[in-house]
Amino acid sequence: MAAQAQLAALGDPTRRTIFERIARKPMSVVDVAAGLSVSRPAVSQHLRVLTQAALVRHTTQGTRNVYQINARGVEALRAYVDALWSRALADFKAVAEASYQPKRRSK
Amino acid sequence: MDAAVKPVSVRKSVTVNAPIAHVFRTFTERQNDWWPRAHHIGKCEQFTATLEPRTGGRWFERGDDGSECDWGRVLVWQPPTRVVLQWSIGADWRYDPALKTEVDVRFVAEAQERTRVDLEHRGLEHYGDQAEAMRNIFDSPGAWAETLTIMAGAAENKPS
Repeated sequence: MAAQAQLAALGDPTRRTIFERIARKPMSVVDVAAGLSVSRPAVSQHLRVLTQAALVRHTTQGTRNVYQINARGVEALRAYVDALWSRALADFKAVAEASYQPKRRSK
Repeated sequence: MDAAVKPVSVRKSVTVNAPIAHVFRTFTERQNDWWPRAHHIGKCEQFTATLEPRTGGRWFERGDDGSECDWGRVLVWQPPTRVVLQWSIGADWRYDPALKTEVDVRFVAEAQERTRVDLEHRGLEHYGDQAEAMRNIFDSPGAWAETLTIMAGAAENKPS
């Protein structure tokens, strides 16, 4: 499923680095490649994988493609951790309030 | 810290009707009482989650049989306003020291007896190394759909 493809795409350290750079600010292939010890074609290939995994997307500005994070695509990954913390914090609130005012039941 | 440098993170806030010192202690000393019981890594059903109260301290659980499992480390210890934890729990609920995600928790006193807790879990892209284990989570009705169902209920009375 999509989430697995996304995680697999981010499992490669170079791709993760590229993803993190794009997440900081949208940039062109040239900007992405600058400072990385991989060739421009290799960067393009990594960007293709990230695009297919719906982690980044690009828009064409003049003659160049500008890459940016695909916010909707990363949502599946976030959702699991998000749900975990929602539950934990709801219980945390209940415990903190119950122990401060023992007479009141929060749940 | 640059707010933009967080490719994949989760942010949560909760407001607790209690003083900041109490809320901080509940978070750091009584995790046992509020951490979802299904989500832990040791073999024992009964366990104690423990934070060593200092920067560099361990974050671990100890089972009733005395066995211990690391969860991570304390990166920042600033009672009662902030604690940052390195969370090295894999998608398969095993400790992986190479997995560096961070849980940044800030406590803000909004009133004498009201404290807002802002939590950010960042570095989630590092789970990319664990695609297979994560797939099991996403595909498992027991772990994933059920969590969502519970969440839907919990979210309704959760102040944001």
